[in-house]
Amino acid sequence: MAAIASPQPTLLALDRIAKQFGGVRAVDGLTLTVDRGELRCLIGPNGAGKSTIFKLIMGAEQPTAGTIRFDGRVINRWPTWRRAREGLSIKMQIPGVYPELTVRDNMRVAAQNHIPMGSMEDETYRLLARVGLEHAGEELTKNLSHGQQQWLEIGMALSASPQMLLLDEPTAGMGPGETEETARLVQSLNAEGTTIVVIEHDMAFVRRVARNVTVLHLGRVFAEGTIAEIEANERVTDIYLGRT
Amino acid sequence: MAAATDWGEMSAMNRRRRALSSENLAFVLFVAFMVIYPLMADEFSVGNVAYFLAMTLLAVSLALIWGYAGILSFGQTAFFGIGGYLYGIFALNYDWGGATLVGIVVGVLAGGVVAATLGYFMFYGGVNDVFVGLTTLALTLVLQTFMAQTAGPEWAVGEARLNGYNGMSVPQIMVGDTVLFGRQLFYFHLVLLVGVYLILRWLTGSRWGYGLLALRENRERTETFGYNVRFMQVQVFFLAGCIAALSGVLYASWGGYIDPASMGLTAAVTPVIYVAIGGRRSITAAVIATMILLKLSQSLASSAPEYALVVFGALALLAVLFVPEGFILSLLQALDRWVFRGGRRRRHVAPQEPAPAQPRRVS
Ligand SMILES: Nc1ncnc2c1ncn2[C@@H]1O[C@H](COP(=O)(O)OP(=O)(O)OP(=O)(O)O)[C@@H](O)[C@H]1O
Ligand SMILES: [Mg+2]
Repeated sequence: MAAIASPQPTLLALDRIAKQFGGVRAVDGLTLTVDRGELRCLIGPNGAGKSTIFKLIMGAEQPTAGTIRFDGRVINRWPTWRRAREGLSIKMQIPGVYPELTVRDNMRVAAQNHIPMGSMEDETYRLLARVGLEHAGEELTKNLSHGQQQWLEIGMALSASPQMLLLDEPTAGMGPGETEETARLVQSLNAEGTTIVVIEHDMAFVRRVARNVTVLHLGRVFAEGTIAEIEANERVTDIYLGRT
Repeated sequence: MAAATDWGEMSAMNRRRRALSSENLAFVLFVAFMVIYPLMADEFSVGNVAYFLAMTLLAVSLALIWGYAGILSFGQTAFFGIGGYLYGIFALNYDWGGATLVGIVVGVLAGGVVAATLGYFMFYGGVNDVFVGLTTLALTLVLQTFMAQTAGPEWAVGEARLNGYNGMSVPQIMVGDTVLFGRQLFYFHLVLLVGVYLILRWLTGSRWGYGLLALRENRERTETFGYNVRFMQVQVFFLAGCIAALSGVLYASWGGYIDPASMGLTAAVTPVIYVAIGGRRSITAAVIATMILLKLSQSLASSAPEYALVVFGALALLAVLFVPEGFILSLLQALDRWVFRGGRRRRHVAPQEPAPAQPRRVS
């Protein structure tokens, strides 16, 4: 309710965004807004353009058309590092940890620009504990299990205390137990006020965490609504749920 | 927060362990040996090893830019040459006391500025990886070609005749009225090497150093953690350029001479080979490898000159194929494992390690 009372409920606004890769229109005039405090799931079939949208938000790719507003400002021309410093944080689909560095050095690399050196030790410990890796600090990251690497990456993304956290398939390759763990983590982060956008294929996970779901298809918003509405929508079932 | 205290103790312990590594010990022993060396060696050998010391700085610059920042540069030789020439030009034109010391700074900064300018256009232009190698090699060869055609008298900067392939004569370093030579010059080189080493140790352990390590592993990802990656690349290129130029200044002033061959293809590739053989990830390994290989190169040169490059090429190939960390660094790491038990060893986490049993409470 606080979000409605706030003068500017919208945190992220994508306005008629397009991204062309050679002959491929990965994103095709997409308009999407995310309010402060939301926990939004993005779903859609393979190649729908979900990851591309994250890359556009983060500045890893430049849109061919449209504007991106974050916290009221147009950020199209901001370099990625500035977006990171202004409160955007991402866990990418392809693992973005540093395999050759220790877990703790990974955390330090992620945290350095956001946490003063004096409290680095305590803060990295706290963040690692939060994702269940406090005892793995001295391990080389490549020795962690796939799930642990995903958690580490979420912990790294958290070190910036971001306003908005983008999670691209956080449960990929996880078993049911790990998925449940991740769902709890995502919910508790959201409960603390972090706005979260999650891309997921795992519908059980989506059902578990999301209030609002956006379905993408062919680079556009295909449907939007609560999880119940989406699951009741036959056209969505055709394009998305039908793919399994 | 009892756990956090454990953590603090654990990392303090790890810091101690890291400080007590074979790598650090090897550097300390190396310096200790160098300190006493001039007291037991003849004058010629002292001068010769002073030359080795000057060349180790070129290797240090490569270890920094290639091993630490992950940017393979063949331009260090160009910055080396720029340092040497600019020092020479300055020192030939000014003869007040201390002019040569200012000349060192001029040479060093000239190398750094050229490096930063090239780095700016490369990194902000999106040039990376193998293309940096090609671009920097091109710079080296262009400079060599340019300097090669400066034989005529019209190629002079004030008092300094560039002289093309005949080479430019370069004044020796003077402190006040004293020309540094023999032991004094040896120790002067040694102090500069140790100074550069200490600065780099400090920098690589700093926030900036951790950032470099990260961008070596993954540039795109590192930028999403708020690092201005391109700017950092320019910064480290500047720093490595300065160090290479310092090497060139010391080389030129030591020999009293510099010519375009110091920027040729062989000159550009040789330090890369030395550092690959020794271990690019370690400044200590790069320094020690350069000392040993320069010595070896001289021995080979007197008996079978044409074999030196063949031998080094073969060693580099062996290193790349079988000891990618480099021979000396691998040796030091092996020592670490045996002597300082566990200092560098990481426990292996079984991939099947179960998820934390308890749901993580929000702290
Ligand atoms: N760098 C690129 N160059 C060319 N085409 C690309 C590039 N990145 C993405 N694409 C194309 O854009 C389309 C959308 O890709 P994107 O990765 O955004 O899909 P996605 O919705 O994340 O799919 P998935 O569920 O499989 O992760 C695909 O057709 C893909 O092949
Ligand atoms: Mg994707």
